[in-house]
Amino acid sequence: MADKFKVATTSLAGCFGCHMSFLDIDERMIELAKHVEFDRSPITDIEHCSPCDIGLIEGGVCNSENVHVLREFRKNCKILVAVGACAINGGLPAMRNHIPLEECLNESYIDGIGVENGQIPNDPELPLLLDKVHPIHEIVKVDYYLPGCPPSADVFWAFLSDLIAGKEPSLPYDLVHFD
Amino acid sequence: MQTFIQSVIDKYAASTVRLLDILRDIQAEYQHISSPAIELLSSQLNIPRTQIISVIEFYSFLHASPTGKYDILISDSITDLMLDKENLLNYFASQLKLTVGELRSDGLVSLNNTSCTGMCDQGPAGLVNGYALTHLDRPRVDAIVKLVEQQVPVAEWPSEFFQVDDNIHQAGLLLQAPIQAGEGLKASFKRGVQKTLQEIDISGLRGRGGAGFKTAMKWRFCSEEQETERYVVCNADEGEPGTFKDRVLLNSYAHQVFEGMTICASIINAQQGFLYLRGEYLHLYQPLLDILEERRKLNLLGKNILDQQHFNFDIEIRLGCGAYICGEESALIESLEGKRGIPRNRPPYPVSQGYLNKPTVVNNVETFLATAKIAVEGGQWFADIGTEQSKGTKILSISGDCAKSGIYEYPFGTSIAQVLEDCGATDVLGIQVGGPSGTFIDISEDQRKLAFEDLATGGSFIIFNQSRNILDIVKNFTHFFAHESCGFCTPCRVGTALLKKQLDKITDGHGSAGDVVALEELCQLVKNNSHCGLGQTAANPILSTLERYPEHYQKQLKAISYEPGFDLDASLETARRLANRDDAGAHLSQVEED
Amino acid sequence: MSQTITIDGKEIPFSEGQTIMDAAIAADIYIPHLCHNPDYTPHGSCKLCTVKVNGRNCSACTFPATEGQEIQNQSDELEKDRKRITQMLFVEGNHFCPSCEKTGNCQLQGVAYYLDMHDNHFPHFFANREVDSSHPEILIDHNRCIFCNLCVRASQEKDHKNVFAISGRGINKRLIINSISGQLKDSDIAIDDCAAHICPTGAILIKRTGYQVPIGERIYDKQKIDAVALAKENKDHG
Repeated sequence: MADKFKVATTSLAGCFGCHMSFLDIDERMIELAKHVEFDRSPITDIEHCSPCDIGLIEGGVCNSENVHVLREFRKNCKILVAVGACAINGGLPAMRNHIPLEECLNESYIDGIGVENGQIPNDPELPLLLDKVHPIHEIVKVDYYLPGCPPSADVFWAFLSDLIAGKEPSLPYDLVHFD
Repeated sequence: MQTFIQSVIDKYAASTVRLLDILRDIQAEYQHISSPAIELLSSQLNIPRTQIISVIEFYSFLHASPTGKYDILISDSITDLMLDKENLLNYFASQLKLTVGELRSDGLVSLNNTSCTGMCDQGPAGLVNGYALTHLDRPRVDAIVKLVEQQVPVAEWPSEFFQVDDNIHQAGLLLQAPIQAGEGLKASFKRGVQKTLQEIDISGLRGRGGAGFKTAMKWRFCSEEQETERYVVCNADEGEPGTFKDRVLLNSYAHQVFEGMTICASIINAQQGFLYLRGEYLHLYQPLLDILEERRKLNLLGKNILDQQHFNFDIEIRLGCGAYICGEESALIESLEGKRGIPRNRPPYPVSQGYLNKPTVVNNVETFLATAKIAVEGGQWFADIGTEQSKGTKILSISGDCAKSGIYEYPFGTSIAQVLEDCGATDVLGIQVGGPSGTFIDISEDQRKLAFEDLATGGSFIIFNQSRNILDIVKNFTHFFAHESCGFCTPCRVGTALLKKQLDKITDGHGSAGDVVALEELCQLVKNNSHCGLGQTAANPILSTLERYPEHYQKQLKAISYEPGFDLDASLETARRLANRDDAGAHLSQVEED
Repeated sequence: MSQTITIDGKEIPFSEGQTIMDAAIAADIYIPHLCHNPDYTPHGSCKLCTVKVNGRNCSACTFPATEGQEIQNQSDELEKDRKRITQMLFVEGNHFCPSCEKTGNCQLQGVAYYLDMHDNHFPHFFANREVDSSHPEILIDHNRCIFCNLCVRASQEKDHKNVFAISGRGINKRLIINSISGQLKDSDIAIDDCAAHICPTGAILIKRTGYQVPIGERIYDKQKIDAVALAKENKDHG
């Protein structure tokens, strides 16, 4: 039997909804497991990528840590895939883009309702926010895009099945959604 | 205010077609068009306020919020940049103690950039309250700052600040012997106006704006239209950076230009003509009005011109308000009608549905100049000069790196090498022929010819020597198109803004090989899908230099697969400041470090 | 004798005064479009309907049909350009479909699906645009405006008002509202105006009508935009 495809996944500025949708392939996971082995992913708890065939990125880029993780994926994955609206266009987190970051932080940590003794977090362990949320293709080169919020389980299945079969992936009309 | 605005409305007979003139007058008086002014106009002219707002927002010289009592604009043409305009502008701003693009807090003065003002042979140039300033340098800036601070009216400023020279260095067929006022009309009436049209046909004259449509054919099409109310329009909106020949023609050959328009009117049976003068040439407005008045006295305009029964024709001058797109003939017509300068869908063409949807001939200043002389000399005289497909001569506006910038008239077919020699250009890198919308050629192509069949040009001829950076030039042109796109169609509106982003990414050093491929793809997209000539040519500076100087682009690229088009570390700046951090984790490298 | 044009090798009839788009719709041929609606004066600004007429690019919605034209509507090149133009519209505004009530019924989305568009390709502008929720019944989200001009035309041509206009220049183009405050509540728009219902995207929405049809069961979830458009625009379909 041929070597299994190594797949890594992560969620950047996302809600893990795309991961949940991926898991919705349900029993097809058993078939998938015959062909695929997971590397870094919330599913495996592996912390860093080793060289992979496919990297699935959920979420856009909102902070410095996202940049580091995205670069690690790009470096290690032969095929990098933007999964879901946030990775593709910034999604809902990018709706903060027309509000200056300073206002966002002040509202959250200084003068928002219910905030007492407010302070903007400054622990060096914490990643700093970028002034705008960016889709991942504005930071690294992306090979494929799976639209949807989230992409349905069928989208993941169709896409990975094509790749495993050695075909150029394509999505039929009824699988292309932006919502 | 109410009284003033009412007087302006009355002056233009409350005609919405004169909206631009009305707004110009109000802008000149109050340095902006305020909301109450808009409301008043809306009710008096009986048009929606949105129509007024949209016109104000379209034109660079109209403003809804105040500009300075002294509104100073500095020309952002590439030739001005080559004369160190950027430093001069910053110096100006520091002396005036203001920020470029903003009104000083006391409301006295504002300073900003503007697109090429057509003074490329006597830059760095600018405008103060619409009037052209030439030969700007630090001493002159110092003097202007003093005049502004002392609130000396612009009319009392030293006249040499406003001196505009013709700089005609080579006169040919047209420039060396202008006709006498009335000579062309007399010859034409003697011959018979339809025979004059035949002479123009024989001359082979093609439109001098750049597109090169046969003039006689245009006039004939117009004269064959059913509708009998017809118009003649002279396009003097020469906004193509590097072009200033019409400025000279209107300064020193205006009689002949108006004569050409009148001859056209006699052939197509028009009663009304317009000269659409770009706002940057405000200094020519009054002198041109005087010449029109003189022509009326000579019975060269007005009723029964030169005693021709039933030949009544007059010319009105309409000023533009700072919009390059209005050089496109259908956008110009929209602007003449007091609207935003949005190019129309074609067909129908102006010859059948132009001004007020009536048959209209729109020609370039130089075209009308030529027709008047052809009416005197006959077509063959003109056709004997030039090449197979390009008859006669072409008047060039030469600027940039040469000893003698100015006006040169050449027979079509003249080589680029000849032109360069005449104007004293040495150590040449390349030439922008036809302005940003034309072609950038390398010096190795100097045997190419001025002609519609080789290098077509509306007259702009900008020379760059070996010390110039190709990408700086292309960047200036690409930003120009993004600024001047009217925004009507998607490919040009979004495309020119994307071209600017993508080119800046490369010139700022954030580009990789894929970015040049993406740039070229975008160029083709904008070129092939845009609504009008602006979008269709906006990518020319990039395309023509990518073809000739790929290495200049390659040099800028990083040997990595991809880099963000924005400064990653800078986008952490706000967060760093608010968290009061500067540790290693508070920074990002632009590209991944190994 | 009836006159004909040929679109992608298929000969179709047209009558005097028809545009290529008119003739195509009557012959049940779909040419992608966003700013065009047969009930209003053609505008020609979105450029999605660009076709090759005798080898030259023209906007089908404004270009008159004339005898013998050879028209190409479907080709890899045209489809790719149309996809890129649609992507331009997506990056110019802020189109966050998951948070938009129009999703699934949105023509911009419908065209994107039709063109198999998966991503926005270009860098985003993240333009700073406002939401005008001042009116009790009608909402305007400028983030979603694609400047199709249909609300402007509908207000003028059908409602005989002038509620909307396009202002600004170039990339600073914007939709403005005819009222002293610039807000919709002070304009004379009414809930029954054609202009309130014409928007192809979610820029103009009727309040309190949201989510009556669940996501996933909406127009373009079930049918491609070519079939939807022809069913609506070809009057022969009754």
